[in-house]
Amino acid sequence: MSATLHEPSEIQRGRIAYRRRRTIRSVLFAALSTAVVGTLLVVAVTGAPGWDRVKQSFFDPEVARRYLPAILEGLWLNIKLLVVCAFLALALGLLIATLRTLRGPVFFPVRALATGYTYTFRGLPLIIVIYLAAFGVPGLRLQGTPGVLVLGGAALIITYGAYLAEVFRAGIESVHPSQLAAARSLGLTYRQTMRHVVLPQAIRRVAPPLLNDTVALQKDVGLVSLAGPIDAVRAAQIGVAHEANFTPYIVAGVLFVLLALPLIAVTDWVTLRAARRQSAGV
Amino acid sequence: MLSRNAIAAQACAAVLLITTAGCAPADDTKPSAGASASASGSACPAGALDTFTAGKLTIGTDNPAYEPWFSGNKPSNGKGFESAVAHEVAARLGYPAQNVVWTEVTFNNAIAPGPKTFDFDINQFSITPERRKAVDFSSPYYLVRQAVITTAGSKIAGAKTIADLKSAKLGAQVGTTSYQAITEVLKPDTKPLVYNNNDDAKAALENGQVDGIVVDLPTAFYMTGAELKDGVIVGQLPQVGVPEQFGLVLDLGSPLTGCVTQAVDQLRQDGTLAVLEKQWLAGTGGAPELS
Repeated sequence: MSATLHEPSEIQRGRIAYRRRRTIRSVLFAALSTAVVGTLLVVAVTGAPGWDRVKQSFFDPEVARRYLPAILEGLWLNIKLLVVCAFLALALGLLIATLRTLRGPVFFPVRALATGYTYTFRGLPLIIVIYLAAFGVPGLRLQGTPGVLVLGGAALIITYGAYLAEVFRAGIESVHPSQLAAARSLGLTYRQTMRHVVLPQAIRRVAPPLLNDTVALQKDVGLVSLAGPIDAVRAAQIGVAHEANFTPYIVAGVLFVLLALPLIAVTDWVTLRAARRQSAGV
Repeated sequence: MLSRNAIAAQACAAVLLITTAGCAPADDTKPSAGASASASGSACPAGALDTFTAGKLTIGTDNPAYEPWFSGNKPSNGKGFESAVAHEVAARLGYPAQNVVWTEVTFNNAIAPGPKTFDFDINQFSITPERRKAVDFSSPYYLVRQAVITTAGSKIAGAKTIADLKSAKLGAQVGTTSYQAITEVLKPDTKPLVYNNNDDAKAALENGQVDGIVVDLPTAFYMTGAELKDGVIVGQLPQVGVPEQFGLVLDLGSPLTGCVTQAVDQLRQDGTLAVLEKQWLAGTGGAPELS
């Protein structure tokens, strides 16, 4: 039986060898051109007359080492806030989007409130919301006012909830009406239709923009530092003020980019997978 | 897909760097003014200087003149820190109190360029390079200290020592000597809160989000005296960092700058300034020393 193993023909073997040669060639060319461009860039950057000053002011390793622990400590606050705020904002957004799509005249006030909310908080600058929540609310001296972190976090959740609600609504409305009609004709209630037919498709479709907003939130959680807590940016700012050197900002910036990389990678992967599935007709 | 993005990102970063580094450095022009301030200091005939009004020494300050820098809005009474310092300087220059004339000059006019109606002005002027281009400064007569303030009834309102503030939640403006005072002198157990400006810090204090805030002493006097409803100065802290300096303001290129600087230097060296500071800024109505 082993004699019947498939043997590629002479021509096919030639084709395979040719393709391999071309692949190697293009990899070599890519490597070469990258090396040339890279060398040119390094020469151009380090040879520029201001490079020494840039290095001194932006890339001082001594300053970076001195402020890294404080910045990392601040970054931990960013991460904790991000996790809590992202989950709560997603939940709030989904709730508002669902309320906005409720049918029937009885629900008009609910729809109007939800619409008003998304209009207001998408237009309102986040800084104003944070100032109002973290300085204005405690100024009322009501009993049981929570701490600044909770108030600042609430401001973030309310603002980002409005953006996310609109993303969710776009997803819900992108599900074809025939799906809804089919589900209802099968005897599903409105709630069941939303839960089992509409939302699963909607959320899958808007996953990339949702993740995108999460990346944006990751950078904005630091604004809570306006109310006093020391986040990564604030820790860097303290370092910059103390040293008259901008390296701490660069350190914090690099850390933020590193923090965003996994999320961005996940977003790209989700987008790619969705595109593949759609083009495969599954 | 990803790797292409990464390369694009690197290229962008490199372009940014080139644009930053490629700009030829603008060499800082060194301010030449101010260096000649102490040139003439050899001849200071007591009581016969080249003053605004011959035989008299004219000293300017703003109206109203605030406590504890002055007392009872009467600069001429020699009471209050700055009034006392001004009269001591005048005495060193050979002008006893009866030959000193006080004149009213608003804060901004005193440091604006142009001819002056005083021999020197005393009104908590910080010495800065920008102001040096418009006016002369004597050597500093006061190095600004940091102070902790709070509101009446706060748990730190009765604190007498730095150790009493160990458990306090404190706030300060970012990038200031005040913040440095918290981290280097007070070292409280809870992390300090940091604000963009003193107004935010003050709002947090009024809201009870912090037990106390650290500001410089002149600000402390102003906040507790004029801004906070029941503000209390807990006390002033030992010197930390690079303090702000208060100097006497003279006309740009004034013939008196050298003599006045000499007088202030003498007062500092013989301890008079320290005594006056203790008497007027740390004594009753002032800010007690925390140690």
